[in-house]
Amino acid sequence: MRTKRAVLLPLVLLTLLLAVFPLVGETFYIQLLTKVMIMAIFAMSLDLLVGYTGLVSLGHAAFYGLAGYVLARVAPQYEPASLWTTLPLAMAACAAFALLTGLLVLRTSGVYFIMVTLAFAQMLFFVFHDTPIGGGSDGIYIYAKPLVKIGETTLLDLEDRSVFFWFVLGLMAVVYLFLRRVLDSNFGRALVGIKTNEHRLQALGFPTFRYKLASYMLSGTLAGLAGYLAAAQFGFVNPEILGWHTSGGVLMMVILGGMGSVHGAALGAFAFILLQEVLSNQSWFGAVAKHWQLAMGLFIIGVALLLPRGLMGLMGVAGYFTGKAKSVDE
Amino acid sequence: MFIPRAGTRGQAPLLIPHNRDSEETRPMDTAFFFIQLLNGLQYGLLLFLVACGLTLIFGIMGIINLAHGSFYMIGAYIAWSLASMTGNLALAILLGIPLTVLLGMLLEWLLFRYLYARDHLYQVLMTYGLILVFEELRSLVWGDDVHGVAVPALLAGSIPLTDNLSYPIYRLAISVICLVLAGGLYWLIQKTRLGMMIRAGSTNREMVQALGINIKLLYTLIFALGVALAAFAGMIAAPVSSVYPNMGAQVLIICFVVVVIGGIGSVWGALLASVLIGLTDTFGKVLLPEYAGVSTYLLMALVLLWRPEGLFKRI
Amino acid sequence: MSDYNRRDFLKSSAALAAFSGASVAGALLPVSLAQAQGVAAKIRVGLMLPYTGTYTQLGVAIENGFRLALAERGGKFAGRELEFFKVDDESDPPKAAENANKLVQRDKAEVIIGTVHSGVAMGIAKVVRESGTLWINPNAGADDVTGALCAPNIFRTSFSNWQTTHALGKVMKAKGHKTAVFITWKYAAGEQMMVGFKEGFEKEGGKLVKELYLPFPQVEFQALLTEIANIKPDAVVAFFAGGGAAKFLKDYQAAGLKGKIPLYGSGFLTDGVLDAVGDAAEGVETTLHYADGLNTKKDNAFRLAYVKAYKLQPDVYAVQGYDAGQLLAAGLEAVKGDMNNKAGLIKAMESAKIDSPRGQWTLSKSHNPVQDMYLRRVVGKENKVVNVAWKALADPARGCKA
Repeated sequence: MRTKRAVLLPLVLLTLLLAVFPLVGETFYIQLLTKVMIMAIFAMSLDLLVGYTGLVSLGHAAFYGLAGYVLARVAPQYEPASLWTTLPLAMAACAAFALLTGLLVLRTSGVYFIMVTLAFAQMLFFVFHDTPIGGGSDGIYIYAKPLVKIGETTLLDLEDRSVFFWFVLGLMAVVYLFLRRVLDSNFGRALVGIKTNEHRLQALGFPTFRYKLASYMLSGTLAGLAGYLAAAQFGFVNPEILGWHTSGGVLMMVILGGMGSVHGAALGAFAFILLQEVLSNQSWFGAVAKHWQLAMGLFIIGVALLLPRGLMGLMGVAGYFTGKAKSVDE
Repeated sequence: MFIPRAGTRGQAPLLIPHNRDSEETRPMDTAFFFIQLLNGLQYGLLLFLVACGLTLIFGIMGIINLAHGSFYMIGAYIAWSLASMTGNLALAILLGIPLTVLLGMLLEWLLFRYLYARDHLYQVLMTYGLILVFEELRSLVWGDDVHGVAVPALLAGSIPLTDNLSYPIYRLAISVICLVLAGGLYWLIQKTRLGMMIRAGSTNREMVQALGINIKLLYTLIFALGVALAAFAGMIAAPVSSVYPNMGAQVLIICFVVVVIGGIGSVWGALLASVLIGLTDTFGKVLLPEYAGVSTYLLMALVLLWRPEGLFKRI
Repeated sequence: MSDYNRRDFLKSSAALAAFSGASVAGALLPVSLAQAQGVAAKIRVGLMLPYTGTYTQLGVAIENGFRLALAERGGKFAGRELEFFKVDDESDPPKAAENANKLVQRDKAEVIIGTVHSGVAMGIAKVVRESGTLWINPNAGADDVTGALCAPNIFRTSFSNWQTTHALGKVMKAKGHKTAVFITWKYAAGEQMMVGFKEGFEKEGGKLVKELYLPFPQVEFQALLTEIANIKPDAVVAFFAGGGAAKFLKDYQAAGLKGKIPLYGSGFLTDGVLDAVGDAAEGVETTLHYADGLNTKKDNAFRLAYVKAYKLQPDVYAVQGYDAGQLLAAGLEAVKGDMNNKAGLIKAMESAKIDSPRGQWTLSKSHNPVQDMYLRRVVGKENKVVNVAWKALADPARGCKA
């Protein structure tokens, strides 16, 4: 892939810029950027499904929330939990849930798939909302961030905001590189093949159902990583994190970034959350900021109608008008 | 014994005494079973009004419309504001229906028609954006308060059923109105020329066009019909459910379940599935309150296992 | 597959970097300016209240009450002016910690006043337990705030959920009710009020035969009302609030239960809804720490001043906000306005005797009001006081180790 080399430099530069931010930035913005990077992991995980495998899920928050709830329920009351046990457990729970629901939802396709993924996420919402398993509509607080220790030595003190920032930044980079690697493999190429023409791949003897299931599980597990980090950062989970606005939001990020490009999804997350922060900033927009969702909604409608390739596509459009860059089409 | 929540940091619900005494209370006798049946039917039929628009719009135009729940909400708010202006809910509904039909036609003409040929993804995107817009407009126009709507005086009474329970007449009226509408839809789809076009349009768009039918107009009409049905459901539900922000979201997702169970595009499947869900939810609330929310989705999972395409095929 | 050329990508990332940089720098500015100007004299007060959403009016009433207490003292507490920083918490628990952080870190608030929603309050508790910021909670009744989460810097001027229903047991026993059903929303506030009632009722020998729950904030009561009719208890106890309460009262009547099975409740069941429910609430008895018709000098004066200032009738929320101001004033006066003398400030607040419109109250060891609970009966459009159901009721403060 030609893309790889072309994007490497700017990506490394951006990462370095991010890495020095905790040294200069205000606490509040360190936390905001941490949140953005967590959402970037979440968006990249969904992009694997939507952008590469061609499965539009409107229930991706299920994994995100499930992992958070696993951390909240497994962690002891006021003491920190160990990252070594809780993180794998949370991701394993997501993989298991993905396997279970995947066997059902992947029997459907197209618009069915959208509705059924939404419905399953909603089912999980009610599991945590109503049953004794969850903490009711009020949610559960997590009072301490997980410990990263070997023996008695603390490797990383996640309570330190900067350390947590770098930890998330590192994981974001790892997830990015991992996904690139996966997509460059035969498995990744098969997924793209499924997206463009599943029947042809079936005819070629590919067990497409298993490929889709693997993609679904991988995507869900990575979403779990994001959910775990988010729960650790905010120290709070409640059923709303499994709600469909979370699913809808992350889908917006993916589409905004332009589907089918891993860094696009991550940039989509940055753009989406920063847009949210800007539109809802009361010191800039005053009383209007209260209704920032109106602007957001109009913006989304505009993207849907006019920019089928997301913001990355916008660059192409701009290039077309200035006559400098070539079209970004395949 | 229940210990305050944070003392156990959220584990509290495990300690909530699951009422041991509930076994001692009397089992549901026939009269109460019958009343709960009525409750379930009424809820199911109301769901049907919303779900059938959703399934029609999808079945015929291939559009997945997340904003469909918003129409339910808009209907309820229109009913509330017109009823408080005119002092008469029936009049408010009569005035409101043309408004919602107009809204439906306008939306179809302005936005939805550009999505017919597009991937479902963009339909999801745009209709999600529409939800945000509708919610904010609702907030700007009507505010964020919860409002009650008075039951019309004519239907305000209750019918005594047992020594201490009466059944509100208005709830019976809702069921009757929904049944009448369902019958009307049957007549429309099976017996009229428009229905014939709808049936044909859902199977073969090009064929219908080739026959010289104005498919654009047909789509506009169907979309408006779906919007009006959902809004009407919100209007007649307003007195029993109250009017509140975001009231559409819950209904929308349940309607997705209805459509998935009933089969996308199938009106009769939607009717059956709505009633099924209404009953599951009502009896679930009484018998297993903590699992009532989950139960409807489990029902969906079971149906999917058995029939991934839902119970019924088109129309 | 996307295949951008390098220039496209550079452009897009540059645009993004500029975008984020601008927003960060822009947002930093107002804070540092405000800091430079304000620090000298004014006390930085963070108001974290719902200014949008269902609880808007409650948030406004609390702020009004607080400002009235300030105005009565000439706009100053112990000679120091106050500078307000407002955050709309939207009654949204997931955003609570972030919003509280905005006040503590971005605005450098020295004291936080808020909020209405208990879930949001838990988020504030989490933040101020870390930062040590003084927090006065003028409403949210979550037991844990002055229970397991209690801390020297956490105060409450309202009530604990447990308090609002505990006295009902005594009242109902006196009326000869032996069995009861409790119906509420399935969330912390509902569950805690259920426990408060259950303990009080069972101590008196009564029996809670069934707890009925509805997911918050649903208002479709029909199936559960049918269940109540099936069980036939001696009495029903309910907690709902706002629109949900109005709907419940009307449905209770429509189902034919009113007049057959007496209805009791936490005071919030009938507060602020009487205009909306017609005669459906007539005669319903509830307990709360405030009532109409108290007819004390302090209450009359407060009501008059509030109506004059805001052209609105005060309610229990306004009283709680007013008392939050009174409590802060009492503390600051003892330390002569020195916010840095935190130990002295806290000590003075702990031992303050608040002369409230609701009657005099003090603070328990866990910083929750020890106050009289009134039995009220709905008469017309008022929650008329019947008597004091429980003198100086204190919350058990379970799990409070401080």
